[in-house]
Amino acid sequence: MRNYKNVIAAYSIMIFLIILVGIFQSWSIALTILNYCLISAVMTIGANIQWGYAGLINFGIMGYTALGGLAVVLVSVEPVKKAWQVGGLNILACIWIIVAIIFVVKFILNRFDKSKLRNYSVASVILGGIILLRVTAAPGIEAIESVDPAKTGFLGGMGLPVLFSWIFGALLAGGLAFVIGKIALGLRADYLAIATLLIAEIIVSIIKHEEWLARGVKNVIGLKRPAPYEIDLQTSEWFINLVTKFNSSKLNLINSISDKQEALNQMVIDASSVYVKLCFTGLFLTVVIILLIVTQKALYSPWGRKMRAIRDNEEAASAMGKNIVKEHLLIFILGSAIVGLAGAMMVTNDGLFTPGSYRPMRYTFVIWVMVIVGGTGNNFGAILGGFVVWFLWVEAAPIALFLINLFTSHLPETNAVRVHLIESAPYFRFLVIGIGLLLIMRYRPQGIIPEKIIKQ
Amino acid sequence: MDFLNAIIVLFNFTVIPALAYGSQLALGAIFVTLIYAVLRFANFATGDMMSFGTMFAVILTYYFQSLGFGLGVLPTALLTIPFAILMMILYMLIIDKFVFSYYRIKKSPPVQFAMVSVGVMFVTQALIRIIIGPSDRRFLDGEKFIIKATEFKEMTGLAEGITLKSTQAITIIVTLIVVSIMFWFLNKTKTGTSMRAYSDNEDLALLSGIDPKRVVLITWVIAGILATIGGVLYGLDKSYRPFVYFNNMLPIFAAAIVGGIGNPFGAFLGGYVIAFAEIFVTYAYKRFISYLLPEHLEPDSLLQLLSTDYKFAVSFSILVIVLLIRPSGIFKGKVI
Repeated sequence: MRNYKNVIAAYSIMIFLIILVGIFQSWSIALTILNYCLISAVMTIGANIQWGYAGLINFGIMGYTALGGLAVVLVSVEPVKKAWQVGGLNILACIWIIVAIIFVVKFILNRFDKSKLRNYSVASVILGGIILLRVTAAPGIEAIESVDPAKTGFLGGMGLPVLFSWIFGALLAGGLAFVIGKIALGLRADYLAIATLLIAEIIVSIIKHEEWLARGVKNVIGLKRPAPYEIDLQTSEWFINLVTKFNSSKLNLINSISDKQEALNQMVIDASSVYVKLCFTGLFLTVVIILLIVTQKALYSPWGRKMRAIRDNEEAASAMGKNIVKEHLLIFILGSAIVGLAGAMMVTNDGLFTPGSYRPMRYTFVIWVMVIVGGTGNNFGAILGGFVVWFLWVEAAPIALFLINLFTSHLPETNAVRVHLIESAPYFRFLVIGIGLLLIMRYRPQGIIPEKIIKQ
Repeated sequence: MDFLNAIIVLFNFTVIPALAYGSQLALGAIFVTLIYAVLRFANFATGDMMSFGTMFAVILTYYFQSLGFGLGVLPTALLTIPFAILMMILYMLIIDKFVFSYYRIKKSPPVQFAMVSVGVMFVTQALIRIIIGPSDRRFLDGEKFIIKATEFKEMTGLAEGITLKSTQAITIIVTLIVVSIMFWFLNKTKTGTSMRAYSDNEDLALLSGIDPKRVVLITWVIAGILATIGGVLYGLDKSYRPFVYFNNMLPIFAAAIVGGIGNPFGAFLGGYVIAFAEIFVTYAYKRFISYLLPEHLEPDSLLQLLSTDYKFAVSFSILVIVLLIRPSGIFKGKVI
């Protein structure tokens, strides 16, 4: 029972902190932080499945996140008909060429015995295929990118509701994880970490530079939303009435009618942004709760026990007849799919897709810190880690600024040290996260909420 | 058909830059591989440690410039390297004492070490940004070029010129000196042999009376030297921007693994393999081919295998291929 008390206490503190932000800064900021905490929580659930359940070290989280974001563009944006007309055929042909290359390589690998000749033929097929691809794709890409380059210049998506993209993002990330898992999962732990880190970098650089796909570094803005727009809310009757009802006591204090109208307008604007964020919070919370229930069930099912057995002793599990390669691949796909889902959620929340912003620091290592800090192998811990670390990541700068001002208040305003420190306040977040990680690794390696094994 | 000009174009735009870039990668890769061989973990703070050492060199360079010290035609930064190395080694030893030694004594698994090094990475990055800020800094002074393209053209009367920047020459020469001293140290001296013994078999080395603390200390010292020199050379050649160093860690890892992780000579060559591959694959061969072919056959396209945006992707693909076909690297790894 004591364990549950820990969990409840930790979560209450976290919620209390977010409420404090709401009171001292603003409710809009508090909700933004909460939304990002929830997205981070989904990512940590994904990373925790891989690391906590199976001991797979995946430093490629950034790649799956970016792929999830790409899915939002591919699903929700309206198709650009003109681009399809001028270059669609070439792109489709390229897809067929890729499929053909894969089949030919597979055929050669299956049909012939291992030999130098086979290696050379595989290499030449791949090389020839790449040259063929470039020749086919080049005119199509050029044509697509020249279709109204300021606004489109890409193929566009399917024009479906944006929520479909969450599923599609998960599928896309899972599919990629299948390929990567097939290639890299045989590697030793630290090799796997490096390989996944580099593969993620390749994925992001492809998304960045293939402009026909999703405009690359030119970004896609104004994506669809599953929630109403602020502007629509501000002009709709029921919403204004709602705000009036909520704030009637405050409004009654104001006497002049014009002041009253002005105050009401401001309130409506504030309330609309809070309302939209609340809609997102509701959606994200639903996802987190569903994932939590499913992963928790899985963890304590026979399958979860099997995964832990494989994690703790591969040889023994293998001797008991468990197929380690298959299970590792499966869990790699599952975890990555969840990370892809989180990536799609994040882009939906932002309403824009900016491939240039995907950096390993923010999207791989911070997520890993979340998992380690929260508690590996424990879903409640992982989610809490997402909350705590994201909260610190966002609030470290204001807190650092406050502390710097406090400690240097005896120095004059223009003191070089003081000015320098105040300018570098945003970077204290790295320091806080790094020292936090080191302390947790040293003194509480199992995380804030440790893994709990139920003996059955 | 102009064979000489074609060779010079190729030399100027691929071989020289690749040699310089490869040297910078090679120093970093030996650093990675040494830590891996002796301390047995993949150090994710590599890039930031290199950046940290360079930061001292940059600050000292500015200081020396304000005092009026300098080396004339050579960049002042060369003068600051010894001081920067000292600071770097001090920082590394502090980190080792307070962070890594605990896990080494506990004999933690390599994965835990890797995560700890991620923590060190965060802290180092924060310190760099707090001390010097994230902006782009140039600290190169002295003569910029050894041979300019125009001079070369006048000298030889060819249509194409060779440009040799002084930073490129310094990079290649310094790398060769540092690496040969290091190999001499590892292979010929008693301390070097004890390091190799420790790397091969820790228990056996302890039995034969090798002091592990000394081995670890010397490893960090060599690591500090390599990291600082590699970082400063890169900063001189391009420019000093903390963020770039983090990204450079990735091709450095690729070089270390391609060469066979734990094998310093492999890492040295791995650096050049990665650099040459990156530059050869992303170079546009149009000018080179147009010298070799008769005029009416001149190609229209750039004849570029991949656009330069994919520079990093090339090295990572090589790494993935090597990992698939020969996970121990081109040269067998894990022997120092």
